[in-house]
Amino acid sequence: MLHALDVCVVLLVLPLAVRTIAARETFAAVVSFMAYGLLLTLAWMRLAAPDVALAVAAIGSGLSGVLLLGASARLRATERPAAAERPSALLRLAAGILSAMIAAGLAAGVLSQPDPGPTLAPSVAEHLATTGVGNPVTGVLMAFRAMDTMLEKIVLLFALVGVWSLAPDRLWGGRPGPRHQADPRGVLAFLARLLPPVGFVVGVYLLWVSADKPGGAFQGSTILAAMWLLVMMAGLGDTPPVASRWLRLALIVGPAVFLAVGLGGLWFGDAFLAYPEAYAKALIVVIELGMMLTVAVTLALLVAGAPARSVPRSVPRNTPRNAPRNARR
Amino acid sequence: MHDFLIAAAGFVLAMMAVGLFVVLRGPGNTERMMAAQLVGTGGIAGLLMAGTATGATAAADLALTLALLAMFASIAFVKKGTPGSPDAPEGPGE
Amino acid sequence: MSVALDVMTITAICAGAFFFLAGTVGLLRFPDTLTRLHALTKADNLGLGLVVLGLLPRMPGPASALKLVCVWLLVMLGSATTSQLIARAVRQEGPSA
Repeated sequence: MLHALDVCVVLLVLPLAVRTIAARETFAAVVSFMAYGLLLTLAWMRLAAPDVALAVAAIGSGLSGVLLLGASARLRATERPAAAERPSALLRLAAGILSAMIAAGLAAGVLSQPDPGPTLAPSVAEHLATTGVGNPVTGVLMAFRAMDTMLEKIVLLFALVGVWSLAPDRLWGGRPGPRHQADPRGVLAFLARLLPPVGFVVGVYLLWVSADKPGGAFQGSTILAAMWLLVMMAGLGDTPPVASRWLRLALIVGPAVFLAVGLGGLWFGDAFLAYPEAYAKALIVVIELGMMLTVAVTLALLVAGAPARSVPRSVPRNTPRNAPRNARR
Repeated sequence: MHDFLIAAAGFVLAMMAVGLFVVLRGPGNTERMMAAQLVGTGGIAGLLMAGTATGATAAADLALTLALLAMFASIAFVKKGTPGSPDAPEGPGE
Repeated sequence: MSVALDVMTITAICAGAFFFLAGTVGLLRFPDTLTRLHALTKADNLGLGLVVLGLLPRMPGPASALKLVCVWLLVMLGSATTSQLIARAVRQEGPSA
Protein backbone atom coordinates (compact mmCIF):
# COMPACT_ATOMS: atom_id res chain seq x y z
CA MET A 1 0.00 0.00 0.00
CA LEU A 2 2.83 2.33 0.83
CA HIS A 3 4.37 1.64 -2.55
CA ALA A 4 1.15 2.84 -4.16
CA LEU A 5 1.43 6.08 -2.18
CA ASP A 6 5.03 6.51 -3.30
CA VAL A 7 3.99 6.00 -6.91
CA CYS A 8 1.28 8.64 -6.40
CA VAL A 9 3.81 11.12 -5.08
CA VAL A 10 6.15 10.48 -8.00
CA LEU A 11 3.29 10.83 -10.48
CA LEU A 12 2.47 14.15 -8.86
CA VAL A 13 5.99 15.54 -8.73
CA LEU A 14 7.28 14.61 -12.19
CA PRO A 15 4.59 16.37 -14.26
CA LEU A 16 5.05 19.44 -12.07
CA ALA A 17 8.74 19.40 -12.88
CA VAL A 18 7.97 19.14 -16.59
CA ARG A 19 5.46 21.98 -16.22
CA THR A 20 8.10 24.15 -14.59
CA ILE A 21 10.44 23.78 -17.52
CA ALA A 22 7.79 23.96 -20.21
CA ALA A 23 5.98 27.02 -18.89
CA ARG A 24 6.17 29.98 -21.20
CA GLU A 25 5.93 32.78 -18.68
CA THR A 26 8.38 33.18 -15.87
CA PHE A 27 5.68 33.70 -13.26
CA ALA A 28 3.98 30.43 -14.21
CA ALA A 29 7.32 28.64 -14.07
CA VAL A 30 8.12 30.00 -10.62
CA VAL A 31 4.68 29.06 -9.29
CA SER A 32 5.12 25.53 -10.61
CA PHE A 33 8.59 25.42 -9.11
CA MET A 34 7.31 26.38 -5.68
CA ALA A 35 4.50 23.86 -5.81
CA TYR A 36 7.01 21.24 -6.91
CA GLY A 37 9.30 22.08 -4.00
CA LEU A 38 6.52 21.99 -1.45
CA LEU A 39 5.47 18.59 -2.72
CA LEU A 40 9.00 17.26 -2.77
CA THR A 41 8.82 17.44 1.01
CA LEU A 42 6.35 14.60 0.83
CA ALA A 43 8.89 12.57 -1.08
CA TRP A 44 11.56 13.31 1.48
CA MET A 45 9.25 12.29 4.30
CA ARG A 46 8.65 8.99 2.55
CA LEU A 47 12.41 8.57 2.29
CA ALA A 48 12.63 8.98 6.10
CA ALA A 49 14.62 12.22 5.93
CA PRO A 50 12.48 14.74 7.82
CA ASP A 51 15.33 17.23 8.35
CA VAL A 52 15.90 17.40 4.61
CA ALA A 53 12.14 17.70 4.08
CA LEU A 54 12.07 20.71 6.41
CA ALA A 55 15.03 22.29 4.64
CA VAL A 56 13.51 21.76 1.18
CA ALA A 57 10.18 23.23 2.28
CA ALA A 58 11.75 26.21 3.93
CA ILE A 59 14.66 27.17 1.73
CA GLY A 60 14.44 25.14 -1.44
CA SER A 61 10.94 26.19 -2.34
CA GLY A 62 9.97 28.90 0.12
CA LEU A 63 12.73 31.48 0.11
CA SER A 64 14.33 30.56 -3.20
CA GLY A 65 10.93 30.72 -4.80
CA VAL A 66 10.30 34.22 -3.50
CA LEU A 67 13.74 35.23 -4.70
CA LEU A 68 12.87 33.94 -8.18
CA LEU A 69 9.53 35.72 -8.01
CA GLY A 70 11.27 39.01 -7.38
CA ALA A 71 13.53 38.35 -10.33
CA SER A 72 10.59 37.46 -12.56
CA ALA A 73 8.82 40.68 -11.57
CA ARG A 74 11.86 42.69 -12.59
CA LEU A 75 12.18 40.84 -15.86
CA ARG A 76 8.56 41.13 -16.84
CA ALA A 77 9.22 43.96 -19.27
CA THR A 78 11.81 41.91 -21.12
CA GLU A 79 9.74 38.75 -21.41
CA ARG A 80 8.07 39.47 -24.70
CA PRO A 81 11.24 40.42 -26.61
CA ALA A 82 13.04 37.47 -25.01
CA ALA A 83 10.34 35.05 -26.10
CA ALA A 84 10.46 36.49 -29.59
CA GLU A 85 14.04 35.49 -30.17
CA ARG A 86 14.19 31.73 -30.54
CA PRO A 87 17.49 30.01 -31.27
CA SER A 88 17.83 27.93 -34.45
CA ALA A 89 16.56 24.37 -34.54
CA LEU A 90 20.09 23.02 -34.83
CA LEU A 91 21.14 24.80 -31.63
CA ARG A 92 18.14 23.49 -29.77
CA LEU A 93 18.82 19.95 -30.97
CA ALA A 94 22.44 20.17 -29.84
CA ALA A 95 21.36 21.47 -26.43
CA GLY A 96 18.84 18.66 -26.12
CA ILE A 97 21.43 16.00 -26.96
CA LEU A 98 23.95 17.47 -24.50
CA SER A 99 21.34 17.56 -21.71
CA ALA A 100 20.29 13.99 -22.41
CA MET A 101 23.90 12.82 -22.30
CA ILE A 102 24.49 14.52 -18.97
CA ALA A 103 21.29 13.06 -17.56
CA ALA A 104 22.30 9.60 -18.75
CA GLY A 105 25.73 10.00 -17.19
CA LEU A 106 24.21 11.04 -13.87
CA ALA A 107 21.73 8.15 -13.95
CA ALA A 108 24.53 5.69 -14.70
CA GLY A 109 26.54 7.10 -11.82
CA VAL A 110 23.66 6.83 -9.36
CA LEU A 111 22.53 3.38 -10.45
CA SER A 112 25.99 1.89 -10.43
CA GLN A 113 26.56 2.66 -6.76
CA PRO A 114 27.17 -0.41 -4.60
CA ASP A 115 24.12 -1.30 -2.56
CA PRO A 116 24.38 -0.59 0.38
CA GLY A 117 26.69 2.30 -0.37
CA PRO A 118 29.76 3.14 1.72
CA THR A 119 28.62 5.16 4.72
CA LEU A 120 29.88 6.57 7.97
CA ALA A 121 26.48 6.22 9.65
CA PRO A 122 27.43 3.36 11.99
CA SER A 123 30.41 5.25 13.39
CA VAL A 124 28.24 8.37 13.83
CA ALA A 125 25.71 6.30 15.74
CA GLU A 126 28.50 4.90 17.87
CA HIS A 127 29.92 8.27 18.91
CA LEU A 128 26.71 10.32 19.02
CA ALA A 129 26.42 10.18 22.79
CA THR A 130 29.63 12.17 23.22
CA THR A 131 28.10 15.18 21.49
CA GLY A 132 25.21 15.48 23.92
CA VAL A 133 22.55 15.58 21.20
CA GLY A 134 20.24 12.78 20.17
CA ASN A 135 19.53 13.71 16.57
CA PRO A 136 22.29 12.29 14.36
CA VAL A 137 21.80 14.98 11.72
CA THR A 138 22.41 17.72 14.30
CA GLY A 139 25.33 15.76 15.64
CA VAL A 140 26.96 15.62 12.23
CA LEU A 141 26.20 19.25 11.37
CA MET A 142 27.20 20.80 14.66
CA ALA A 143 29.84 18.51 16.06
CA PHE A 144 31.45 16.05 13.69
CA ARG A 145 31.43 18.38 10.69
CA ALA A 146 31.17 21.69 12.48
CA MET A 147 33.94 23.08 10.31
CA ASP A 148 31.82 22.70 7.18
CA THR A 149 28.85 24.39 8.85
CA MET A 150 30.99 27.32 9.93
CA LEU A 151 32.44 27.77 6.48
CA GLU A 152 28.94 27.63 4.96
CA LYS A 153 27.84 30.52 7.11
CA ILE A 154 30.83 32.56 5.98
CA VAL A 155 30.00 31.74 2.36
CA LEU A 156 26.49 33.07 2.98
CA LEU A 157 28.02 36.34 4.11
CA PHE A 158 30.07 36.55 0.92
CA ALA A 159 26.93 35.90 -1.10
CA LEU A 160 25.22 38.78 0.66
CA VAL A 161 28.13 41.11 -0.02
CA GLY A 162 27.98 39.98 -3.63
CA VAL A 163 24.30 40.89 -3.85
CA TRP A 164 24.95 44.28 -2.27
CA SER A 165 27.73 44.98 -4.72
CA LEU A 166 25.17 44.96 -7.53
CA ALA A 167 23.97 48.36 -6.41
CA PRO A 168 25.32 51.46 -8.17
CA ASP A 169 27.93 53.38 -6.18
CA ARG A 170 25.70 56.26 -5.20
CA LEU A 171 23.24 53.87 -3.54
CA TRP A 172 25.77 51.92 -1.48
CA GLY A 173 24.64 51.78 2.10
CA GLY A 174 21.02 52.42 1.21
CA ARG A 175 17.86 50.46 1.79
CA PRO A 176 17.26 47.34 -0.30
CA GLY A 177 14.21 46.93 -2.43
CA PRO A 178 11.19 49.13 -2.95
CA ARG A 179 9.05 50.51 -0.16
CA HIS A 180 5.99 48.33 -0.06
CA GLN A 181 2.69 49.99 0.59
CA ALA A 182 -0.30 48.33 2.12
CA ASP A 183 -3.35 49.67 3.88
CA PRO A 184 -2.38 49.64 7.56
CA ARG A 185 -5.92 48.62 8.48
CA GLY A 186 -6.15 46.06 5.69
CA VAL A 187 -5.94 42.33 5.48
CA LEU A 188 -2.25 42.05 4.71
CA ALA A 189 -1.26 44.30 7.58
CA PHE A 190 -3.48 42.23 9.88
CA LEU A 191 -1.72 39.06 8.85
CA ALA A 192 1.68 40.70 9.18
CA ARG A 193 0.85 41.64 12.74
CA LEU A 194 -0.61 38.30 13.73
CA LEU A 195 1.71 35.85 12.07
CA PRO A 196 5.27 36.88 13.00
CA PRO A 197 4.94 36.04 16.71
CA VAL A 198 3.62 32.60 15.78
CA GLY A 199 6.36 32.18 13.20
CA PHE A 200 8.96 33.28 15.72
CA VAL A 201 7.83 30.64 18.18
CA VAL A 202 7.80 27.95 15.49
CA GLY A 203 11.28 28.97 14.30
CA VAL A 204 12.81 28.88 17.76
CA TYR A 205 10.95 25.64 18.45
CA LEU A 206 12.54 24.05 15.39
CA LEU A 207 15.94 25.11 16.67
CA TRP A 208 15.26 23.76 20.14
CA VAL A 209 13.78 20.47 19.06
CA SER A 210 16.63 19.76 16.65
CA ALA A 211 18.70 18.49 19.56
CA ASP A 212 16.80 15.23 19.72
CA LYS A 213 14.21 15.22 16.96
CA PRO A 214 14.06 16.36 13.36
CA GLY A 215 14.37 20.10 13.06
CA GLY A 216 17.31 22.35 12.57
CA ALA A 217 18.75 25.77 13.20
CA PHE A 218 18.85 26.54 9.49
CA GLN A 219 15.20 25.67 8.96
CA GLY A 220 14.16 27.69 12.00
CA SER A 221 16.15 30.69 10.79
CA THR A 222 14.44 30.49 7.43
CA ILE A 223 11.06 30.78 9.09
CA LEU A 224 12.29 33.79 11.04
CA ALA A 225 13.56 35.36 7.81
CA ALA A 226 10.21 34.68 6.15
CA MET A 227 8.38 36.42 8.98
CA TRP A 228 10.60 39.48 8.72
CA LEU A 229 10.08 39.53 4.96
CA LEU A 230 6.35 39.35 5.58
CA VAL A 231 6.51 42.41 7.80
CA MET A 232 8.46 44.23 5.10
CA MET A 233 6.11 43.13 2.32
CA ALA A 234 3.13 44.41 4.27
CA GLY A 235 4.73 47.82 4.58
CA LEU A 236 4.73 47.64 8.37
CA GLY A 237 8.46 48.09 8.49
CA ASP A 238 11.00 49.33 6.04
CA THR A 239 14.12 47.49 4.99
CA PRO A 240 17.08 48.58 7.09
CA PRO A 241 19.85 50.56 5.40
CA VAL A 242 22.72 48.18 4.78
CA ALA A 243 25.21 50.57 6.31
CA SER A 244 23.43 50.30 9.65
CA ARG A 245 25.70 49.23 12.45
CA TRP A 246 23.36 46.87 14.27
CA LEU A 247 22.62 45.10 11.01
CA ARG A 248 26.27 44.44 10.33
CA LEU A 249 26.74 43.33 13.92
CA ALA A 250 23.90 40.83 13.54
CA LEU A 251 25.49 39.54 10.35
CA ILE A 252 28.81 38.72 11.92
CA VAL A 253 27.64 37.46 15.30
CA GLY A 254 27.06 33.91 14.03
CA PRO A 255 30.43 33.22 12.42
CA ALA A 256 32.14 35.18 15.20
CA VAL A 257 30.68 32.97 17.93
CA PHE A 258 31.51 29.89 15.89
CA LEU A 259 35.07 31.05 15.42
CA ALA A 260 35.40 31.95 19.10
CA VAL A 261 34.25 28.49 20.17
CA GLY A 262 36.59 26.96 17.64
CA LEU A 263 39.58 28.91 18.89
CA GLY A 264 38.54 28.08 22.44
CA GLY A 265 38.69 24.44 21.45
CA LEU A 266 42.22 25.02 20.23
CA TRP A 267 43.19 26.79 23.45
CA PHE A 268 41.50 24.61 26.05
CA GLY A 269 41.13 21.35 24.16
CA ASP A 270 43.00 19.37 21.56
CA ALA A 271 41.88 20.79 18.26
CA PHE A 272 40.05 23.60 16.51
CA LEU A 273 36.32 23.23 17.20
CA ALA A 274 36.85 20.47 19.74
CA TYR A 275 34.12 20.63 22.38
CA PRO A 276 34.97 19.42 25.90
CA GLU A 277 32.53 16.60 26.48
CA ALA A 278 30.86 18.07 29.54
CA TYR A 279 29.98 21.33 27.77
CA ALA A 280 29.30 19.96 24.31
CA LYS A 281 25.55 20.48 24.29
CA ALA A 282 25.77 23.95 25.86
CA LEU A 283 28.35 25.06 23.31
CA ILE A 284 26.27 23.70 20.47
CA VAL A 285 23.22 25.63 21.68
CA VAL A 286 25.23 28.85 21.98
CA ILE A 287 26.60 28.44 18.47
CA GLU A 288 23.16 27.66 17.09
CA LEU A 289 21.62 30.75 18.69
CA GLY A 290 24.26 32.98 17.17
CA MET A 291 23.87 31.23 13.84
CA MET A 292 20.11 31.60 13.95
CA LEU A 293 20.32 35.38 14.23
CA THR A 294 22.87 35.69 11.47
CA VAL A 295 21.25 33.27 9.05
CA ALA A 296 17.79 34.80 9.53
CA VAL A 297 19.09 38.31 8.83
CA THR A 298 21.25 37.13 5.93
CA LEU A 299 18.49 35.19 4.21
CA ALA A 300 16.00 38.02 4.56
CA LEU A 301 18.50 40.50 3.13
CA LEU A 302 19.39 38.15 0.28
CA VAL A 303 15.75 38.09 -0.77
CA ALA A 304 15.35 41.83 -0.23
CA GLY A 305 18.08 42.46 -2.75
CA ALA A 306 20.64 45.11 -3.51
CA PRO A 307 20.29 48.62 -2.07
CA ALA A 308 17.88 50.56 -4.23
CA ARG A 309 17.08 53.66 -2.24
CA SER A 310 19.74 55.84 -0.72
CA VAL A 311 19.50 57.10 2.82
CA PRO A 312 20.02 60.88 2.96
CA ARG A 313 23.16 61.76 4.85
CA SER A 314 22.42 63.33 8.20
CA VAL A 315 23.58 66.92 8.48
CA PRO A 316 26.67 66.99 10.75
CA ARG A 317 26.46 69.37 13.69
CA ASN A 318 28.89 72.30 14.19
CA THR A 319 29.58 72.66 10.49
CA PRO A 320 28.05 75.11 8.06
CA ARG A 321 24.79 73.85 6.68
CA ASN A 322 25.19 71.69 3.61
CA ALA A 323 22.15 70.45 1.77
CA PRO A 324 21.73 66.66 2.25
CA ARG A 325 22.06 64.76 -0.96
CA ASN A 326 18.55 63.67 -1.60
CA ALA A 327 18.78 60.91 -4.16
CA ARG A 328 15.64 59.02 -3.12
CA ARG A 329 13.66 57.48 -6.00
CA MET B 1 -6.59 1.54 9.70
CA HIS B 2 -3.08 1.88 8.34
CA ASP B 3 -4.22 1.00 4.82
CA PHE B 4 -7.23 3.24 5.13
CA LEU B 5 -5.08 6.24 6.08
CA ILE B 6 -2.67 5.59 3.22
CA ALA B 7 -5.54 5.26 0.78
CA ALA B 8 -7.11 8.48 2.04
CA ALA B 9 -3.75 10.26 1.73
CA GLY B 10 -3.41 9.01 -1.83
CA PHE B 11 -6.94 10.18 -2.65
CA VAL B 12 -6.33 13.67 -1.29
CA LEU B 13 -3.06 13.88 -3.22
CA ALA B 14 -4.86 12.83 -6.39
CA MET B 15 -7.46 15.55 -5.85
CA MET B 16 -4.68 18.04 -5.35
CA ALA B 17 -3.01 16.89 -8.55
CA VAL B 18 -6.19 17.50 -10.53
CA GLY B 19 -6.58 20.89 -8.88
CA LEU B 20 -2.98 21.84 -9.63
CA PHE B 21 -3.40 20.86 -13.25
CA VAL B 22 -6.41 23.14 -13.58
CA VAL B 23 -4.93 26.03 -11.64
CA LEU B 24 -1.52 26.07 -13.30
CA ARG B 25 -3.06 26.06 -16.74
CA GLY B 26 -4.10 29.65 -16.23
CA PRO B 27 -5.16 31.73 -17.99
CA GLY B 28 -3.62 34.71 -16.31
CA ASN B 29 -1.53 35.10 -13.22
CA THR B 30 -4.38 35.37 -10.75
CA GLU B 31 -5.38 31.78 -11.41
CA ARG B 32 -1.90 30.59 -10.70
CA MET B 33 -1.74 32.44 -7.42
CA MET B 34 -4.11 29.89 -5.99
CA ALA B 35 -1.56 27.13 -6.42
CA ALA B 36 0.20 27.81 -3.13
CA GLN B 37 -3.14 27.74 -1.35
CA LEU B 38 -3.99 24.40 -2.92
CA VAL B 39 -0.69 22.80 -2.09
CA GLY B 40 -0.91 24.20 1.42
CA THR B 41 -4.18 22.51 2.31
CA GLY B 42 -3.95 19.34 0.21
CA GLY B 43 -0.30 18.72 0.87
CA ILE B 44 -0.70 19.16 4.61
CA ALA B 45 -3.68 16.80 4.72
CA GLY B 46 -1.82 14.12 2.77
CA LEU B 47 1.32 14.61 4.82
CA LEU B 48 -0.49 14.33 8.14
CA MET B 49 -2.34 11.20 7.14
CA ALA B 50 0.70 9.49 5.68
CA GLY B 51 2.82 10.53 8.65
CA THR B 52 0.32 9.23 11.17
CA ALA B 53 -0.02 5.96 9.31
CA THR B 54 3.72 5.32 9.21
CA GLY B 55 4.34 6.62 12.71
CA ALA B 56 6.52 9.56 11.67
CA THR B 57 6.12 12.05 14.48
CA ALA B 58 7.96 14.77 12.58
CA ALA B 59 4.98 15.07 10.25
CA ALA B 60 3.27 17.58 12.55
CA ASP B 61 6.34 19.85 12.66
CA LEU B 62 6.67 19.62 8.92
CA ALA B 63 2.99 20.47 8.55
CA LEU B 64 3.48 23.56 10.73
CA THR B 65 6.37 24.69 8.56
CA LEU B 66 4.43 24.01 5.37
CA ALA B 67 1.45 25.99 6.65
CA LEU B 68 3.58 29.03 7.42
CA LEU B 69 5.50 28.85 4.18
CA ALA B 70 2.44 28.26 2.00
CA MET B 71 0.96 31.41 3.47
CA PHE B 72 4.17 33.32 2.89
CA ALA B 73 4.33 32.01 -0.67
CA SER B 74 0.72 33.03 -1.42
CA ILE B 75 1.36 36.54 -0.19
CA ALA B 76 4.54 36.75 -2.25
CA PHE B 77 2.60 35.58 -5.30
CA VAL B 78 -0.01 38.26 -4.86
CA LYS B 79 2.54 40.97 -4.19
CA LYS B 80 4.82 40.14 -7.07
CA GLY B 81 2.41 38.70 -9.57
CA THR B 82 0.12 41.65 -10.09
CA PRO B 83 1.23 44.05 -12.81
CA GLY B 84 1.51 47.02 -10.47
CA SER B 85 4.04 45.11 -8.39
CA PRO B 86 6.45 47.41 -6.59
CA ASP B 87 9.33 45.20 -7.60
CA ALA B 88 8.85 45.81 -11.29
CA PRO B 89 11.09 48.61 -12.50
CA GLU B 90 9.13 51.79 -12.97
CA GLY B 91 10.91 53.16 -15.96
CA PRO B 92 13.91 52.90 -18.23
CA GLY B 93 17.26 52.73 -16.56
CA GLU B 94 18.16 51.25 -13.14
CA MET C 1 -13.60 2.64 23.40
CA SER C 2 -10.95 2.23 20.81
CA VAL C 3 -13.54 0.89 18.36
CA ALA C 4 -15.56 4.07 18.83
CA LEU C 5 -12.42 6.16 18.24
CA ASP C 6 -11.60 4.19 15.11
CA VAL C 7 -15.12 4.73 13.81
CA MET C 8 -14.79 8.44 14.49
CA THR C 9 -11.47 8.56 12.66
CA ILE C 10 -12.85 6.75 9.63
CA THR C 11 -16.00 8.87 9.47
CA ALA C 12 -14.17 12.16 9.87
CA ILE C 13 -11.55 11.31 7.28
CA CYS C 14 -14.15 10.12 4.80
CA ALA C 15 -16.07 13.35 5.29
CA GLY C 16 -12.85 15.32 4.86
CA ALA C 17 -12.01 13.47 1.66
CA PHE C 18 -15.51 14.18 0.38
CA PHE C 19 -14.98 17.90 0.95
CA PHE C 20 -11.66 17.76 -0.87
CA LEU C 21 -13.49 16.10 -3.74
CA ALA C 22 -16.16 18.81 -3.64
CA GLY C 23 -13.49 21.52 -3.66
CA THR C 24 -11.75 20.00 -6.65
CA VAL C 25 -15.01 19.56 -8.55
CA GLY C 26 -15.76 23.20 -7.83
CA LEU C 27 -12.33 24.16 -9.09
CA LEU C 28 -13.04 22.28 -12.32
CA ARG C 29 -16.59 23.36 -12.93
CA PHE C 30 -17.00 26.89 -11.66
CA PRO C 31 -16.98 29.54 -14.35
CA ASP C 32 -14.57 32.21 -13.14
CA THR C 33 -11.67 32.90 -10.84
CA LEU C 34 -13.60 34.29 -7.89
CA THR C 35 -15.95 31.32 -7.62
CA ARG C 36 -13.07 28.92 -8.02
CA LEU C 37 -11.19 30.72 -5.27
CA HIS C 38 -14.21 30.31 -3.05
CA ALA C 39 -14.41 26.59 -3.75
CA LEU C 40 -10.73 26.17 -3.08
CA THR C 41 -10.46 28.01 0.19
CA LYS C 42 -13.72 27.05 1.84
CA ALA C 43 -14.09 23.41 0.84
CA ASP C 44 -10.43 22.47 1.16
CA ASN C 45 -10.19 24.07 4.58
CA LEU C 46 -13.20 22.23 5.86
CA GLY C 47 -11.72 19.06 4.43
CA LEU C 48 -8.46 19.69 6.26
CA GLY C 49 -10.35 20.42 9.47
CA LEU C 50 -12.22 17.15 9.27
CA VAL C 51 -9.04 15.25 8.51
CA VAL C 52 -7.36 16.83 11.54
CA LEU C 53 -10.39 15.93 13.65
CA GLY C 54 -10.14 12.36 12.48
CA LEU C 55 -6.43 12.16 13.28
CA LEU C 56 -6.75 13.56 16.80
CA PRO C 57 -7.50 10.21 18.51
CA ARG C 58 -4.41 8.68 16.93
CA MET C 59 -1.97 11.21 18.35
CA PRO C 60 0.40 9.98 21.09
CA GLY C 61 -0.40 12.78 23.51
CA PRO C 62 -2.30 16.02 24.09
CA ALA C 63 0.68 18.10 22.96
CA SER C 64 0.71 16.52 19.50
CA ALA C 65 -3.07 16.84 19.27
CA LEU C 66 -2.77 20.53 20.09
CA LYS C 67 -0.10 20.88 17.45
CA LEU C 68 -2.44 19.47 14.82
CA VAL C 69 -5.19 21.87 15.83
CA CYS C 70 -2.68 24.73 15.59
CA VAL C 71 -1.79 23.65 12.06
CA TRP C 72 -5.45 23.76 11.11
CA LEU C 73 -5.97 27.18 12.70
CA LEU C 74 -2.92 28.54 10.89
CA VAL C 75 -4.14 27.21 7.55
CA MET C 76 -7.58 28.70 8.16
CA LEU C 77 -6.09 32.08 9.03
CA GLY C 78 -3.83 31.94 6.02
CA SER C 79 -6.46 31.00 3.48
CA ALA C 80 -8.99 33.49 4.84
CA THR C 81 -6.55 36.35 4.35
CA THR C 82 -4.90 35.21 1.13
CA SER C 83 -8.27 34.58 -0.51
CA GLN C 84 -9.10 38.22 0.21
CA LEU C 85 -5.79 39.33 -1.28
CA ILE C 86 -6.16 37.19 -4.38
CA ALA C 87 -9.73 38.40 -4.85
CA ARG C 88 -8.48 41.96 -4.69
CA ALA C 89 -5.86 41.15 -7.29
CA VAL C 90 -8.55 39.64 -9.50
CA ARG C 91 -10.65 42.77 -9.17
CA GLN C 92 -7.70 44.91 -10.18
CA GLU C 93 -6.96 42.89 -13.26
CA GLY C 94 -10.54 42.19 -14.25
CA PRO C 95 -12.07 38.72 -13.92
CA SER C 96 -10.71 36.15 -16.33
CA ALA C 97 -12.92 33.65 -18.07
